[in-house]
Amino acid sequence: MLKPFTSALLLQSGYNAALVAVGAALLGFAAGSGGAFMFLRKRALVSDAVAHATLPGVGIAFMVMVTLGADGRNLLGLLLGSALSAGIGLLAVEWITRRTRLAEDAAIGAVLSVFFGFGIVLLTIIQTMSRGKQAGLEGFLLGSTAGMVFEDALIIAVGGACTIAALVLLRRPMTLVAFDPEFAAASGVSVRTVDLAMMGLVLAVTVIGLKIVGLILIVAMLIIPSVTARFWTDRTERLLGIAGLVGGASGYAGAAISASAPDLPTGPIIVLVCFGLFIASLLLAPNRGVLASILRHRRFQVRVHRRQGLLALARGEPILDPLTLAVLRRAGLIRNDGVATEAGRAQSAKVLRDERRWEIVRQIHQNEAVSGRYDGLTPIEAVLTRDEIAEIDRRIGRPVPAEGAA
Amino acid sequence: MTPAAVQLAASDGRALHPAASTDNPLAIQGMTVSYGEKPAVFSIDATVPPGSMAAIIGPNGAGKSTLLKAVLGVVPALSGTVAVFGAPLARARHRIAYVPQRASVDWDFPTRVIDVVLMGLYRELGLLHLVRRHHREKALACLERVGMADFAGRQIGQLSGGQQQRVFLARALAQNADLYLLDEPFAGVDAATEKAIIDVLKSLKAEKRTVVCVHHDLATVVDYFDHVLLINVRKIAEGPVATTFTAENLQATYGGRLATTHIDQLMLPVA
Repeated sequence: MLKPFTSALLLQSGYNAALVAVGAALLGFAAGSGGAFMFLRKRALVSDAVAHATLPGVGIAFMVMVTLGADGRNLLGLLLGSALSAGIGLLAVEWITRRTRLAEDAAIGAVLSVFFGFGIVLLTIIQTMSRGKQAGLEGFLLGSTAGMVFEDALIIAVGGACTIAALVLLRRPMTLVAFDPEFAAASGVSVRTVDLAMMGLVLAVTVIGLKIVGLILIVAMLIIPSVTARFWTDRTERLLGIAGLVGGASGYAGAAISASAPDLPTGPIIVLVCFGLFIASLLLAPNRGVLASILRHRRFQVRVHRRQGLLALARGEPILDPLTLAVLRRAGLIRNDGVATEAGRAQSAKVLRDERRWEIVRQIHQNEAVSGRYDGLTPIEAVLTRDEIAEIDRRIGRPVPAEGAA
Repeated sequence: MTPAAVQLAASDGRALHPAASTDNPLAIQGMTVSYGEKPAVFSIDATVPPGSMAAIIGPNGAGKSTLLKAVLGVVPALSGTVAVFGAPLARARHRIAYVPQRASVDWDFPTRVIDVVLMGLYRELGLLHLVRRHHREKALACLERVGMADFAGRQIGQLSGGQQQRVFLARALAQNADLYLLDEPFAGVDAATEKAIIDVLKSLKAEKRTVVCVHHDLATVVDYFDHVLLINVRKIAEGPVATTFTAENLQATYGGRLATTHIDQLMLPVA
């Protein structure tokens, strides 16, 4: 059971399987970082409409090629056809959103279902054609690498590499438009052109991914990697890189797993691997992950007790809460008998002074959305600029001694 | 901008209409913007004299922000021409910096303060858009000017409203423009930020640059600005604050929605 998998993973189960895995990795990288722009632009679901709109193109391209006497299964022909109909679907979404009062989600729903329905009708007709039975076009729904030949894998690998190159070249205009379209437009960047380029890249990824992941699940490869990457970073360029790596790793591992057992559909396996990375990030990511936020909550509790304790020390009140005592003792702020150490006295003076500052801050920022952070638990220097603190000290009315820094 | 470059830009611009002398940073003629059939801005002519601090003033829904966006081509104009230093907009974009409303972006976007400021240098980055050391230094210097240099590495979601506004101003400074267009820069900011912003704007004026703000706080107009444009869909009045920011013009702009006693407090002490 394990042996075919490891040999596939190590590119040892044949030339074609290796090529498929590499192609899937490139595709996954392109899908991950390309989809990240849609995620940042908050238009991720447009890619779902694009994906479903490929199906009629696949059917029509097959019929045209068969009619012309060529091999209906030629991958390049099928991909060109799907790109064409996906392009029409994309323009339809754009047109409906711009020219009517319908919102984008309504346009997506309409285009997605109509194109997909039409595509299914075409596939049904093809099934009844004399040469249609062996076409295997339903492989485009969920992805299938079985029976893939060298040329097919090559098309996928080259297409994926080209898409990645385009992403690198266009990353800044696309980031600019995703963050602040008004500023972009005012700087002379054509927002509509950049948006169309973004969609064009997604379209390319979708078309390239049809054979491996399939049109129903490709949207997962466009969205899940960037959502996963968001757990790990607060920076756009890193988000793009991490999303690409998550997508690439899922593509590679998924293709290897599916190659090791003949009946496993490739697309769903790739998506499941990707989902596994998502769950791991959700739990383990350092800042935004679930475990990290549990730990943060614990530390927050300690901070609350520490502040309460220091304030009580400064005001000469008795401390009764055992956790507060334990926190202060562990930090070396009080001795075992509960008397403040020198560090404890210095810090309690500072806490008292900052408390006065925070009072002023809360008066100034009564309606501020971030007032939740003005709770006196964060060091004031971390939240306010120096001139803001100076302004507050001016309001307090007399210079406040600044000794006893934390 | 070097004097030679100014001259080049000046000789480059054809006169679009009489007000579009190359001296005037901004000349607007017949600007009309409409979503559907109800104009948001109707046939506004206006000129901003060089080196001025100009305020666009009017009630909510008067089309102040829309006018600014139409001038920049961010929203399409139904009709009207814009001349920037006598040249059509397309050839003068590099001389304009823009500060949009703070609420117009998602502040949970995965980016750091310095990255936002670097967006102001977008035009200077080469084909591969690589950020080099001198770009980074320039961005840091702009953050320093708004008192935010210590925050360069912060994620933008951690900033207060006033700090967000300062970051937007720093991005505009990075654009190193001759004409600054700001959309409500003082809306919902704290006192320290308001002071930091007005100090920067005054230093821009001292450098002979021109500043135009959409402004909502009538109480500070006399202190901050020297030129006003009063609009309520149509233009009501424009000119120096001393002669234009009058009780009569404000009544006309706000359609009687301001109490007379309130207006009296806003005026300059009568000479």
